[in-house]
Amino acid sequence: MSVKNRVIAIIAEQAVLDVDQVSPEMRLDELGIDSLGLVESVFAIEEAFDISVPFNANAPEQSGFDMTTVASIIAAVEDMVAQSA
Amino acid sequence: MRRVAITGAGTINALGHDVATTLAAMREGRCGIGPLEFRDVDRLQIRIGGQVRGWEAEAHFNRQDLALFDRFTQFTMIAARQAVTQSGLDFSGRLGLECGVVLGTAGGGVNTWDENYRTVYEDGKNRVHPFVVPKLMNNAAASHVSMEWNLRGPSFTVATACASSNHAMGLAFQMVRSGAARAMITGGSEAMLCFGGIKAWEGLRVMSKDACRPFSANRNGMVQGEGAGVFVFEDWDHAVARGADILTEVAGFAMSSDAADIVMPSQAGAERAISGALRDAGLNPADVGYVNAHGTGTAANDKTECAAVAHAFGADADRLMISSTKAMHGHLIGGTGAVELLACIMALRDGVIAPTIGYEEPDPECALDVVPNVAREAKIDAALSNAFAFGGLNAVIALKRA
Repeated sequence: MSVKNRVIAIIAEQAVLDVDQVSPEMRLDELGIDSLGLVESVFAIEEAFDISVPFNANAPEQSGFDMTTVASIIAAVEDMVAQSA
Repeated sequence: MRRVAITGAGTINALGHDVATTLAAMREGRCGIGPLEFRDVDRLQIRIGGQVRGWEAEAHFNRQDLALFDRFTQFTMIAARQAVTQSGLDFSGRLGLECGVVLGTAGGGVNTWDENYRTVYEDGKNRVHPFVVPKLMNNAAASHVSMEWNLRGPSFTVATACASSNHAMGLAFQMVRSGAARAMITGGSEAMLCFGGIKAWEGLRVMSKDACRPFSANRNGMVQGEGAGVFVFEDWDHAVARGADILTEVAGFAMSSDAADIVMPSQAGAERAISGALRDAGLNPADVGYVNAHGTGTAANDKTECAAVAHAFGADADRLMISSTKAMHGHLIGGTGAVELLACIMALRDGVIAPTIGYEEPDPECALDVVPNVAREAKIDAALSNAFAFGGLNAVIALKRA
């Protein structure tokens, strides 16, 4: 499965939606993912890709890991996976 | 209703091993937070904390005691010994029947859990020490205090996460005020600075890797501490009759529940506890000179707490001093309210307001007088101590100058 599809699957599970209801341009807040959901998503991503995501729940926007939209997460994870390869 | 006096205080925490040293550190704005030292710390992302330094348990307890005292119990016993000694009370006779102990802790014997899980899971051993259960249980500290000082009245432990100590002290206050007890030993303790304890907290992503900076715009999370604070709450007339030195009066207490979110705080819930404590103490906002804030240094707590205080105090919020001493001793979780009550006692008794150290940049969402970086001299008549726990459980104590 591609990084994109795996990230979408993780986000869909957090949002309690089917994968075909989640598309890259969607914002996490409009998917109903709250602060706890964000932290759980980061954990799931770290476990799935064996990476360490720099995420501080105090200042998500300053974490250097853009979690605004599904697409921004996919891009960030692709980056990190490429770097760790 | 009876009045309630504090006639003894004791502590051990990252700032010192007794009250005098701790208050001197708070006055000087000294920081007790530093690199953590324990097994496997190199596997952690978070490597700072307010650890108790130079602690030699063997110097204070015998072999039998040590087999039963987790670190959180050791801290409790040291602090309780100081408090009882200062109070001058002797519980060995009839008085012991009318006195008890209520303590707060969130995790209890976390080090004991950690060490023994390691033994069976990591080391593959199939046997643990026979006293693991009585050592790790949350009420171990309260029970050992009751046994050491012959306290045979109401005794139990409260676990409400970061509000545990305030809930414990509030209940002790209510028992003395109602006449259910003549005096109560109360406060709380925490010792979760170990690999498993910090690893669990790391998961929430709310811990700072460099410093605790409450109310400062560049704050980036909380820093954990450890230790204990223990007090003697005594019937006012009983204390006066025996000529005891009264440190301060406990004047009121209120608790509330947000009933909303398991981790996010609520302004309304915090505000109801603050206003409730004022009402219970018969105080107006104008009477209060100082609030010891919960002030964890997280984005969520600090702005919610400032909004709650500003709203509860109205126009009086502008001249109110509010500081968080967590930047000095760290967040003692279930023990934090107890150590922070010392800052309120210092404010009322010595006229010294402990500062919020680590303050670097004003935050418009925390626009109160947070006594930045340097302690201040001020004569005040009443103080509040806030504690707001995960799970939305709030507990606020009001003290008056004796």
